[in-house]
Formats: sequence, C-alpha cells, structure tokens
Amino acid sequence: MTPNSSWLAEFATAEQLLNAITRTRIAGYRRIEAYAPFDVPGLAEELDLPASRLPLWILIFGILGGVSAFLLQAYLAAVDFPLNAGGRPYFSWPSFTLVSFEFTVLGAALAGFFGMLALKGLPRPYHPIFDAANCDRASQDRFFLMIDSDDPEFDPDSTRRFLESLNPIAVTEVNREVS
Amino acid sequence: MSRNIDEHPENETVLHADQDYASISREISDIVLRPAGRGWWLGFGLSGLGVLIFFAAAVYLFYAGVGIWGVNTTVVWGFAIINYVWWIGIGNAGTLISAMLYLARQPWRTSINRFAEAMTIFAASIAGLFPILHLGRPYLFYWLAPYPSTMGVWPQFRSPLVWDMFAILTYIIVSVLFWYTGLIPDLATLRDRARSRAAQLVYGALALGWRGSAAHWRHYERAYLILAALAVPLVVSVHSVVGYDFATTLMPGWRSTLFAPYFVVGAMFSGFAMVIVITIALRAAFKLHAFVTPRHLDAMAKILLAASLIMGYAYGMEVFMAWYGTDADEWRQTVTTATGPYAPAYWGMLFCNIVVPQLCWSARIRRNIPALLIIAILVNVGMWLERYVIVVNILSHGFVPSQFRQYFPTVWDWATMLGSFALFLWFFFLFVRFVPMVPMHEVRRLAHSLGERS
Repeated sequence: MTPNSSWLAEFATAEQLLNAITRTRIAGYRRIEAYAPFDVPGLAEELDLPASRLPLWILIFGILGGVSAFLLQAYLAAVDFPLNAGGRPYFSWPSFTLVSFEFTVLGAALAGFFGMLALKGLPRPYHPIFDAANCDRASQDRFFLMIDSDDPEFDPDSTRRFLESLNPIAVTEVNREVS
Repeated sequence: MSRNIDEHPENETVLHADQDYASISREISDIVLRPAGRGWWLGFGLSGLGVLIFFAAAVYLFYAGVGIWGVNTTVVWGFAIINYVWWIGIGNAGTLISAMLYLARQPWRTSINRFAEAMTIFAASIAGLFPILHLGRPYLFYWLAPYPSTMGVWPQFRSPLVWDMFAILTYIIVSVLFWYTGLIPDLATLRDRARSRAAQLVYGALALGWRGSAAHWRHYERAYLILAALAVPLVVSVHSVVGYDFATTLMPGWRSTLFAPYFVVGAMFSGFAMVIVITIALRAAFKLHAFVTPRHLDAMAKILLAASLIMGYAYGMEVFMAWYGTDADEWRQTVTTATGPYAPAYWGMLFCNIVVPQLCWSARIRRNIPALLIIAILVNVGMWLERYVIVVNILSHGFVPSQFRQYFPTVWDWATMLGSFALFLWFFFLFVRFVPMVPMHEVRRLAHSLGERS
C-alpha cells in the first residue's frame, strides 16, 4: 500500500452499507464517503451530510428571472418604444405576466441544473475512485464505503482490519496520489 | 371475496420479482450497448425517408411561399396550427406524467418516465417548427426575440404568439434539463458497462464524472425534486398560453375563459394516449415485460378515463354556455359546428374522445393490450379532430357571412403533417438506440423499496 491511500469496502446491499456507516461513525471516523447505484433512502442522514444549498440558489435565480423579464417588458413596451397596440395601455401589466412566469421557471431550472453540477464539482471526468478495483459496479449493483486517509483516526492497518470486521465483499485501496 | 388476492390490481407488482440490481442494469443497458437489430435499421430507415419528405415539403414551402397550403383569407390557420397544438399537447404530457407522478410518489411512474420525457422533447421540438413554418416570412422569425437591433423596435409583448415563443422555448429547455438530470446516473452506468472505447468515452463525457457518491445523490435528489415541482406549473402555463392564442381573440367559439384549463387537460389526455401507444410498442419490441407490467397500463388507462370525463365536461360546458348566454353569434357558431360542413369532424371528435374511452371503466379492457392500443390511437385521432374543429371549423364561419369559406388541405399540408410523424418516429428510433429507455437508478431504488434485492 502506498502512503496516502484510502480504503474502500464493497457491500452487496444498501442495508449492509447503512449498517457499516453507522458502525464506522461510532468508531470515530469522520472523513468517510459512500457510493451507491441509486439514491438510498436515509444515506445522507446516516452520513450526517449538511442540507443542500441548492433550493436557495433556485429561489434566488427564479426571482431574478421573473423580475428581470417583467421589468424588461415594461421598459420596452411603456418607456423605450410606447406603441398603441389595439388601444391597450402602454403599461399593460397583465400581458407581461406570462413571459415573466416563463422566465421565473427558466431561471430557477437553469440554477437548479447548473447549481447541482457546481455543488458537486462536476463535470469532472477523472477521479481517483475510478481506478479502484470493481468500482465500476458502484453505478450498477454494489455499494461502497470509503474511509479517507485524511481522517485523523486513519491508520493503514487498523482501518483495514476495522473495515474487514464489517463483513464486506472486499476491501481495496484507492490511490489518491494519481490525481 | 371471490377474487384471488394476487389478481387484485392494487397488490400487483410494478416490477417482476426476479429482477435484482445487477439484472436491472444488465437488461436495460444491454439494449443500448449491443448492436442494433434488423428491425431497428428497417424502422430507422423508413422513418428517415419520411423525414426527407418533411424537409422536402419545408424547402418547397420556403421556396414557393405559404400559399402552397390550403389556407385562404378566411381560414388563415390550417394544418400548421392544428399540428402545432396537437404536437405541443402530446409534448406536454410527458413532463406532466413524469413530474406530477413523481411529486405524487406513484411507483408505477418509474418504468415509463424516461420515454414519456423523450416523447415530450421530440414532440415539443416538432411543435416548435410549425409556428416558424407557417410564417409568411420564416427567415424573420428572430424578430420575435427582444434584442437591441439597429431599428430600435421590440416584439409586441401583448400578443399570445410572442408569449408562445417564450413558453415553448422555456419548455423545451426545461424539459431537456429535467430529462438530462434524470439521465446522468444512467449514463454513468453505461460508461461503466460499455466495452468499446468509443462508447466509454462518449458516455463518460455525457455522465459528467458522476460517481454516485452520497453527496452527489443528496444534491441530485434536491435538484430533481425541484425541477419536477417547476415542471408542473410550467406545463400548465405552456398549454394555457396555447389556449390563449385562441381565447384572447374576439372570434365566437374561441373567446372562452374555459380554454386554458380545457387545453391543459386535453394535452394530458392526448399525451397519455400517446404514452400508452409508445409503452405498448416498446414493451413488445424490447421485451420490457419485467419493467412494464399490466399494472402500468391499468393505471394509465384510468388516467385516460379521468381526463376523458373532464374533456366531456368541457365540451358540454361550451355548448351550455353558448345556449345559456345571450350572444347570438356564439350559439350560431355552436349549431354550425354540430350541423355544418365540419360536423363529421365534430361528431368524430366526440366519439373518439368521449365515447370510446368509457370502455376503460372495465378492468378487462384496461388490461387487454390490443384493446387499449386501439383506444389510445383513437384518442389521438380524436384530439387531432378537436384541434381541427377548433381551428378550421370556427374560422370558416365567423362574423360576416360573405366571408364564410371552407378549408381544403393540399398535398403539401399532408406531406408536412405525415413528415412530422416520421420525424417523431425517427427521433424515437435514435433515442431507443443510444439512451437507456428505462431509468435504471430509479428502478433499482424501486427494487430496494419493494424489498432488498442484490
């Protein structure tokens, strides 16, 4: 094992992964990461992950989209080039609400999509985990738990023994040097 | 209780019991990763020929002008707008199904949402072509966008046709984002399962480095939930705006406050019918019997029935308000619709949309695949007739009797319309070839909630 390598334990079911995380946290490890082929209910709670900031971004960009679209329409139709269209008032605000609504949704959806990618540091074509043996099954049918070598409790030998005590299918190393 | 509990629809599974995580990933991704069969090449080639017809019709239209269509000075909107509303209606349902059923936590949504959303994107893109094609000067369509031109003029934001452009553009962008968000974990599965270098690179690039870590899933789940919550009001607004194209005019038969909700329900109705057709076709062609069970078809048929009842209410209310109100033109318009030259379309519409779906009250018919397929196709025909009745029939006898005129579609109208069907099929053939048609990660989650299967 090279220095700076982390340990990765492979499990067959989501239930085993959740149990393993509980025991790993009781053992005092904090720099742990889990990989699963689907959104396992309760996984974030087990890992005690902070709430996603995404909803706030979406709210802000949604409001920005709607307000800017309304102001743009009002400015263009009532100030910049007022035109008598069918005898309607220049500032015919009910007509402006639909495009404002569409832009609210557009701003929010763009913020949601790109915010999701940004918060996860994606797109990122390469990550050291991709070199770990069998990790291609994290997107198919296996569940993984990684204890990072940055963890203050981390010790190459005892951490490995600890992970093996959790009854995984295999424990492999992830070489962080490659990145 | 005479019925066996296993046969009771509510207890029926939405996923076959012999599927585990590995088999779900294998069966669905192998459809994409193995070489295409002869049937695929045949369908792709034939629909490709239809696409050529569509482009030929469009090129001749750009060359010769909009007069090659059957529109005249009275019936100024013909097949182009009928098809536009029909396609956007179909396009609305995919997102509605996917997002609304996601918010309602319906487990049977899982297997069908990917191709319902694909249907949305293709249908909405095709719908978006028609408003441009039917312009007299299609090369100036960009004048609909507010950009600082040297002329200093701006689009007229009081027109529903301008709202339309923003609604459709937003709708296509948001649907694509919603669809792609749902795809990212599945593209990672394809990246990891692909054996050819090219497929690994392409799917690896498209998966954006998805690792399936708990932190990924946390943001992902938030993003997907909020996109779903945004998509539902967006769909309602998009088809309401389509309804306003008609409802904000002064035309008797169009100036109805009912149009926005009535169009939205009509969109859901025709879209669900189209999803049933696509589900039945893909289930048979790709042997998806483990993922699409009779329970799915049963649930979709029930929604079709519910939508049909609301449509029936709307048709009834249109006639009732015309009779109850004091507007002579409104009543004359209603009587002419039912008895005039377009009466066959009107009665055909009522038959296909109101009478035929009543068969879905029977559980036997809901589970009978050929019967359900015929009902779904007839609903799509009926919904096309509905738009025909609304556009052509209403325009042909407006206020001034000297202006009454009929509409006769030309061969170019038909070529554009049939070509648009081919374009839709062509897109769909590409979709089933390169994209997993069932969301694998969601089916795995479903398998997990139905009892852990590894």
